[in-house]
Amino acid sequence: MHAEIIGVVATFIATVLLAIPLGKYIAKVLAGERTVLDFMAPLERFFFRVSGIDATREMTWQESLVALLTINLIWFVYAMVILMIQGSLPLNPDHNPSMSPDLAFNTAISFLVNCNLQDYSGETGVSYFTQIGVLMFLQFVSAATGVAALAVVMNAMKERTTDKLGNFYNYFVKTITRILLPLSVIVAVIFLLNGMPMTWEGRDTITTLQGDTVQVSRGPVAAFVPIKHLGTNGGGFFGANSAHPFENPNYLTCIVELVSQSVLPMALVFALGFYLKRRKLAVMIFSVMTIGFLLLTISTVMLEMKGNPEIARMGIDLHSGAMEGKEVRFGAAISAYWSILTTVISTGSVNAMHDSYMPLSGMNQMLGMMVNCFYGGKGVGILNFYIFIIIAVFISGLMVGRTPEFLGKKIEAREMKIAILIVLLHPFLILVGTALSSYFAAHDTAMGYWFSGKASGWLSNGGYHGFSQMLYQYTSSSANNGSGFEGLSDNNPFWNITTGFVMILGRFLPIIGPVAIAGILAQKKYIPESAGTLQTDTATFGLMVFGVIFIIAALAFFPALALGPIAEHFSMH
Amino acid sequence: MKSHIFSAIRLTLVLLALCCIVYPAFIWGIAYFTPSHGHGDMVEVNGKVVGYALIGQSFTADRYFNGRPSAVGYNAAGSGGSNKGPTNQEYLASVRAAIDTFLIKNPAIKRTDVPVELVTASGSGLDPDISPQAAYVQVPRIAKVRGISEDKLKALIAQNIQGRLLGVFGPVRVNVLQLNIALDHTK
Amino acid sequence: MKSQNTSLFQSDMVREALGQSFVKLDPRSMFRNPVMFTVELGTAVMLIVTLYTLISGDKTQGSFIYNLVVFFILFLTLLFANFAEAIAEARGKAQADSLRKTREETRAKVVVGNRPGFNLVTTEVMSSQLKKGDVFFCEAGDIIPTDGEIIEGLATIDESAITGESAPVIREAGGDKSSVTGGTKVLSDRIKVQVTTEAGESFLDKMIALVEGASRQKTPNEIALTILLAGFTLVFVIVCVTLQPFAQYARTPITIAAYISLFVCLIPTTIGGLLSAIGIAGMDRALRANVITKSGKAVETAGDIDTLLLDKTGTITIGNRKATSFWPANGVEEKNFVEICVLSSLADDTPEGKSIVELAGREATQKLSIEGATMIKFTAETRCSGVDLPTGRRIRKGAYDAIKRLTENAGNRFPEETADRVKQISSNGGTPLVVSEDEKVVGVIELQDIIKPGISERFERLRRMGVKTVMVTGDNPLTAKFIADKAGVDDFIAEARPEDKMNYIRREQQQGKLVAMMGDGTNDAPALAQADVGVAMNSGTQAAKEAGNMVDLDNDPTKLIEIVEIGKQLLMTRGTLTTFSLANDVAKYFAIVPALFIASIPALQSVNIMHLHSPETAILSAVIFNAIIIPALIPLALRGVQYKPIGSSALLRRNLLIYGLGGIIVPFIGIKLIDLIVTLFY
Repeated sequence: MHAEIIGVVATFIATVLLAIPLGKYIAKVLAGERTVLDFMAPLERFFFRVSGIDATREMTWQESLVALLTINLIWFVYAMVILMIQGSLPLNPDHNPSMSPDLAFNTAISFLVNCNLQDYSGETGVSYFTQIGVLMFLQFVSAATGVAALAVVMNAMKERTTDKLGNFYNYFVKTITRILLPLSVIVAVIFLLNGMPMTWEGRDTITTLQGDTVQVSRGPVAAFVPIKHLGTNGGGFFGANSAHPFENPNYLTCIVELVSQSVLPMALVFALGFYLKRRKLAVMIFSVMTIGFLLLTISTVMLEMKGNPEIARMGIDLHSGAMEGKEVRFGAAISAYWSILTTVISTGSVNAMHDSYMPLSGMNQMLGMMVNCFYGGKGVGILNFYIFIIIAVFISGLMVGRTPEFLGKKIEAREMKIAILIVLLHPFLILVGTALSSYFAAHDTAMGYWFSGKASGWLSNGGYHGFSQMLYQYTSSSANNGSGFEGLSDNNPFWNITTGFVMILGRFLPIIGPVAIAGILAQKKYIPESAGTLQTDTATFGLMVFGVIFIIAALAFFPALALGPIAEHFSMH
Repeated sequence: MKSHIFSAIRLTLVLLALCCIVYPAFIWGIAYFTPSHGHGDMVEVNGKVVGYALIGQSFTADRYFNGRPSAVGYNAAGSGGSNKGPTNQEYLASVRAAIDTFLIKNPAIKRTDVPVELVTASGSGLDPDISPQAAYVQVPRIAKVRGISEDKLKALIAQNIQGRLLGVFGPVRVNVLQLNIALDHTK
Repeated sequence: MKSQNTSLFQSDMVREALGQSFVKLDPRSMFRNPVMFTVELGTAVMLIVTLYTLISGDKTQGSFIYNLVVFFILFLTLLFANFAEAIAEARGKAQADSLRKTREETRAKVVVGNRPGFNLVTTEVMSSQLKKGDVFFCEAGDIIPTDGEIIEGLATIDESAITGESAPVIREAGGDKSSVTGGTKVLSDRIKVQVTTEAGESFLDKMIALVEGASRQKTPNEIALTILLAGFTLVFVIVCVTLQPFAQYARTPITIAAYISLFVCLIPTTIGGLLSAIGIAGMDRALRANVITKSGKAVETAGDIDTLLLDKTGTITIGNRKATSFWPANGVEEKNFVEICVLSSLADDTPEGKSIVELAGREATQKLSIEGATMIKFTAETRCSGVDLPTGRRIRKGAYDAIKRLTENAGNRFPEETADRVKQISSNGGTPLVVSEDEKVVGVIELQDIIKPGISERFERLRRMGVKTVMVTGDNPLTAKFIADKAGVDDFIAEARPEDKMNYIRREQQQGKLVAMMGDGTNDAPALAQADVGVAMNSGTQAAKEAGNMVDLDNDPTKLIEIVEIGKQLLMTRGTLTTFSLANDVAKYFAIVPALFIASIPALQSVNIMHLHSPETAILSAVIFNAIIIPALIPLALRGVQYKPIGSSALLRRNLLIYGLGGIIVPFIGIKLIDLIVTLFY
């Protein structure tokens, strides 16, 4: 039992220790300082020349957003087209079919927005061409988009008054060439050495020892999985995601996958500190995130190691914990850790099936996504946190008797309006989506085109857990997480299309909002600090931010959680 | 806007070349130099491929060490778990049934010694492992079916136990396929 | 005059406010406050539900009595919020009214065909009939009918009606002290005054309008806070609306009363109900400090001030310099020198001159006489003054360079030891006054500034607030530095001309700082306008008063410090009550959410951590708590949260502990207690 916990603790510590130097490196890359990978510069210059981009021209926040949205639109069109014709494209040894329009819509958006919700199964739903040429491509670029947006915001947080916030393309391309790609190669090599396949051959048919004939899906997995985690994307090569033995062969790869999905979100927090030369601020942010993360993690690890009380009543040996949906080579402890890590950051990859976790573990997973900023997704985690800081600064600024300011910039009505809209958006998308689906499920509506059969048919579990399945799906979509209570039948127009829209809104508005706020603040006059200025890098302020997150982001979901996981939990006891 | 569109298209094309051709080709190249050449570790018995070490197989026969229940029947053309919630009554009934079945097949085993992983499905449906305890509880049954002494079987299990990573991290486990191959070679 | 209404609620005010609470129920005025407006909508729905249950006898929505009680409590919530605003207005108005009483109708002697001199023809007009530009005449015993500027003459005036200060003040034409205020009384002499404001448009009138709400506009910070609160309200709209299908799925019918109660409890009604009261109370507190503010924003800005420009004289030092030592030149006997000094000063009625005679003492002065002497007045050109005695002695005293020129022009050497002494005096913060007789230097008198007792503590307090203090003085840099160090100001502007002040303010503002200053003269007007908070003294010129955004009726230069604290208090009160209001939600969730579902999901009894008696008592307790917390906090909203200059982090820690943690704990206790009481009746 305790040996398992040592693995969890060691993984976490290793991640933090790696994140600090990596954060320093990222800060240097984004600031354009000398780094070890400067030999990439000619390649980058070549890219810019071919694309007709002047990467030294500084952009305003509006221009950056236009560039970001334009290139995302192009990716969306590209992905949508390929998904719908993949059946006739090469590199499809298993002859998987083209996607239906609604599934293609959902999948294209899902990977475009770094969500990686998968309403298909990797083995049967996509070709190798799609896996590498569309999905993996989007995993690279969507992660880099988030980092580039964060870079614009970080640039805007400097102590000066300007509307020139660096070049979006420059940040974007360098994130790929100097951060994501090199790290992917390193991680891929580790995977290859641990038996992860990297082949273009299709399914293998074998006769097993016992004499059954089964097929074994394979593919270029080792290229795909590194960026899936480094980019906090989480979309699995196989249906079972990182629970699949080819996608996660052993405990070592499990640790590597855990570290690689969380090290960049953590490193970006440190990068912020190094970049702005405000290390204490970074430490404050990191501490708040870590405390939130640990609160969720510790209770989940305990619940999963204890096991399912219903099964305990059956009187069997429960010392491995809650093993439904989990793999023996990982065990309950690190699976619990994974489930929280993957939901607090927006990866959404799983090494065990979330649907079968204990009710309160499921709640913790959902809370991780509802809050969506304890570390958070690539770049966007800090952007979400930034919004909470703005609101906390506003309230606590008043509490020390000054009109609120953050990093020397006054926070006024306009910024407040944007911040509030972004804060509103997340509960709106989640609760309205869940309300819609529970309405249909409650009335068992015949769904026609939208779903074959009656609405309650999309639930694999009834009662409170069924409600949790729907709540989880929209929470995961809005948080751009991509994990799921996979028992939900989600490959149908209703779920594909509604979650598709939730994913788009849940991605781009929370990028546009913070970039706009930071851009507006950057244009304001810089006010130097005085003894009366609110200190934002203190533990007290950290507590305030935590309180704001708790009351706005977590408590707003309390009634919904009470009807789902909380009711389910107490019904077991 | 217009200039952004053309720049974006061209940038997309060069990035496609980098991320989707150069990078995977590079990884593929490295894979060639790894022990399994990127095909996954195949397990051969008498020169015949019987499976992949990483992919679990269905062992339901009494003469083999049985693995865990699988939601996909160990057919690795797909993968996935049961996705049953912890309070789902149907699910709990199936677990109860699995326990009873196990106890009938292994009458020497007390109910309190039935390891939970032998009655719960894995996440992938392809879990290649069980815990050593889950192997040990099957020893009396296999000893009886195969006529091999229990001590010998226990020694066999002990030989096939995969220890913790670096001796410290993670669970101890037994690969069912390899254990059963070894079992077939035991007289 | 000053803060005579120490009790927060006086019966007549309360009566007026109660009436206003109902008047303010008008949805058009409620709309300005989105939080309370949604409560009003909820209350209206509850009224319909209550009537429906009465008429139809349908029990699915709960009993008639239960619905009626919920409706009644919601209605009370609205009234309480309105009452908070109304009582704040009533207090502000009462304060303003007592100032306005000083301007009861008086007769004004309007000058017909104004010519210089006091040989006048006047007609009597009622003060309310006076128009801007009219000139009126006042002499000893007259009440000045309205605000104006003296255009001719000089008078001693009793301003106690406005400032509460009984010592009469001198006001005269031409200088920086040319303004007179309506309601004050002329004690001696006579003046001609030009009316500067139309009736009903004086600063006081404007302030009253501001308090009464007619011209009250939300300040930028208030707007931002309202947006925040509206946002929270919307979050809870979403939470409550979506709960309906959730409950349907869970087969848990929820009554409309429960929905609305949940909603009203969750939205920030506490701060929503008290927000405007806090703003009005801020202006009211300024008024109580005898400061008229021209906008609510000015008070808010005062809390943000980074830099404070203070005049040395009157603010940092007491009045004027005093002579402290006589330093005769070599070869001049001290007794002789003192005699010369006294002779030069006997006819000099400047404060410095008087202090020299004082220092010399009775013995030295008694025998001396300057009968028949010619006085030489100080002029900007000669920069020295003195006396020519009938005996032919020419005594002069003045600035070092002036006397030096005088003596050297006459061919006399300026003695070295005196020059050294001059330097030494300057570097000690004193002012050297060199004395010469017949163009020969005989010595130097040391004048020293007397720093007000307690002023350095006040500057220390400001420093801990994060406010930088800057002393403005006409002294030379050496003297200025000495006094600045001694008084504990952070910076100084020496040999200041009006444009230096202006430039300093601009420079600070370019660095993003907010600057406050106080001034009275016409030449201060541009700087007052430039400053973020410009406080004009009431005694100052009309131009100065127009340029600033506050007027201090007391003419007290240290008032700025108080104003900064009032501004901080205002912002802090908003912040702490917002925190309190939001923190309350934790307990309310735990009261209401289990109550909503327990009937159909008994497992959720475990979430009822307060062990409230029944779902209905739980909901009632929560809404009752939600309602009564508003009047309970009115005194705090009106008085303001106390500001302590302990540094921002310590202040945040303190307020977070009291209002954040308190906000979490208090409702748990409150709701439980109310539940115990409600259970008795249930």
